[in-house]
Amino acid sequence: MRVAWAILRKDAAVEMRSREIVYTTVFFAASCVLVFAFALVREGRAMPDAAAAILWIAVAFSGTLGLGRTFERERYTDTLRALMLAPSDRPAVYVGKLLGMLVLLAIVEAALLPLIALFFAAPITASPLWLAALLAAGTLGFASVGTLFAAMLVRARSRDVLLPVLLYPITIPVIIAGVRGTAAILQPVPDEAMARFWAALLVFFDVVFVTLSLWTFEPLMTEQ
Amino acid sequence: MTRVFAPLACLAMALFAAAPAVVANAPAEATMGLVQRIFYYHVPSAMLMFVSAVVCGTASAAYLFRRSAAADRLASAAGELVVVFGLIVLATGPLWARKAWGVWWDWDARLTSSLLLWLMFAAYLLVRRYGGPGSEKLAGAMALFGMANVPFVYVSVNYWRTLHPKTSVIMTLEPGMRSAFWFCVSAFALLYALLLALRLRLEERRAEAEALFLALDE
Amino acid sequence: MKRLLLALALAALVSGPVLQAWQPAPPQPGTPGDYVPIASLPQAERLPAAPFLIAAYALVWAVLVAYTWSLWRRITKLEREMKDLGRRLPKA
Repeated sequence: MRVAWAILRKDAAVEMRSREIVYTTVFFAASCVLVFAFALVREGRAMPDAAAAILWIAVAFSGTLGLGRTFERERYTDTLRALMLAPSDRPAVYVGKLLGMLVLLAIVEAALLPLIALFFAAPITASPLWLAALLAAGTLGFASVGTLFAAMLVRARSRDVLLPVLLYPITIPVIIAGVRGTAAILQPVPDEAMARFWAALLVFFDVVFVTLSLWTFEPLMTEQ
Repeated sequence: MTRVFAPLACLAMALFAAAPAVVANAPAEATMGLVQRIFYYHVPSAMLMFVSAVVCGTASAAYLFRRSAAADRLASAAGELVVVFGLIVLATGPLWARKAWGVWWDWDARLTSSLLLWLMFAAYLLVRRYGGPGSEKLAGAMALFGMANVPFVYVSVNYWRTLHPKTSVIMTLEPGMRSAFWFCVSAFALLYALLLALRLRLEERRAEAEALFLALDE
Repeated sequence: MKRLLLALALAALVSGPVLQAWQPAPPQPGTPGDYVPIASLPQAERLPAAPFLIAAYALVWAVLVAYTWSLWRRITKLEREMKDLGRRLPKA
C-alpha cells in the first residue's frame, strides 16, 4: 500500500507541474457534452434518460483519453520500466496507477455534473448519495480494466486505437449499469430500488474486474 | 493425427448431410411451428461458442502463468472459433426472433451479453493480428476477461425477465426433439473439434515456419 | 494486498444478496417487444416461416464452408512457403 501511495504522489507531483492531463481531459469531456447537447436537445427538451447516457459516455471517452495520456508520459520518459524494476510488489504499482486514474476521473466528473445539470435540466441534487455511489462504483470498474490494458499497451504498436477497441467491449456492462442506474435517479421521481440494484451490480463487476486485474498484472507486465 | 483426421472429417460431413433430414423428422413445436427448427442449429453453436470461449480463456491463463507456447497456440485457435460460431449464433438468432417475437433484435440481457462476448473475441483477434510484437499477452488478458463474461451470459436469462427462452428448455424437450437436438449437438461438437485441430495445426506450422526463417537469418 | 482482497470479498458478499433479491417489475401488458404467441396473432400478421428457416440453415452452411475454405487456403499457403524455405535452407 505504501508503494501505491508513493506512485500516486509521484504522478500527482508530475501533473501539478504542468496540469496538462487534467486540463485537456476536462476540456475534452466538456466538449463531448456540448456536442451531444447540440445533437440531442431540441427546443430546450432532451430525450428521456439522455443526461445519464451522456454523463457516462463523456466519462468513458475522457477516461480513455486520460489513460492514453498518462501512460504515454511514462513511455516517453521510459519510466514504466524503472517502476517495474523497482524492488516492490507489482500489484502495488497497478494500485497506485489505478488510484491516480480514479482521482483524475473524479475531477472530470465533478466538472461534468454541473454541465449536465445545466444543459439537460437534470436534477442531480435529487439523491446525491446514490449518484455519488453509482459514479464511484462505475468509475472504479472502468478504470480498473482501463489501467491494466493501458499499462500493457504501452509497448504495443497502434496503441491509440487498440485501447478503446479492447476496453469498450469489456466495460460496456459497467457503462450499461451506470447509465441505467443514473437514469433511474435522474427521473422526475427517483427510483431508488432500481438504483440500488444497478449499484450492487456495479460493485459485483468491480470485484470481478479488480480481482482479475490484480491477478494478471504480475505475469502480464513481466518482460521475457 | 492425420490418419484419424480423414475418417472423422468424413463422419462429420455425413452427420451434417443427415442433419436436415433428422431435423425435418423431429416433431413440430406447437406455438412456434416451423421456425422453431432453427433452434437445432442455434443452440449447439451457442454451446460451442461458450465452450470455445472457456477453452480460449483457460489456455490463455496457462500461457500467462506457465509461459507455455502450446497453450498460446490453442488459445489463438479457440479464439477464432468463438468468433466463427458466434457469427452463426448471432445470425440465426435474429432470423428466429423476427418470426417468433416480430423483431429482429431486442436489447435484452441474453442478446446483449452474447453480442458483447462476440465483440470481445473479435477484439481479441484484432489484437492478435495488429498488436505487433508482445501482443500475445495482451490478447491473453482479453481472453481472460472474455471468459469471465461467459457465466454472466449463461445466467442472464435465468435471472432477468427476458424474451429469450431459458437455458432449462433443453432438459424439458420431448423425446423426438431431444434426439434430434443431441444429434445436432454431436455433429457440431465433432466439427468443432476438427476445426480446432486444423486451426491448431496451422498455428503449429506457422511456429515452425518462423523458426525456419530465424534459422535462415543466421 | 491481503486487506485489499478481503475488501473485495466483502463487497462481493454485500452485492450478491441484493442482486439475488431483486425481482423485476411485472411487465405492463401491451408494451412493445412483449412476447405474443404466434397462434394468437391474426392470420394477416403471420410471417411465412419457411424463408427464415431456409435462410438460417443456408447461413450456417455458408459460414462453416467459408471458414473451412479459409483455413484450407491458409494452410496450403504456409506449406508452400515452408517448402520454399526448406529448399533455401540447405544452400545457406
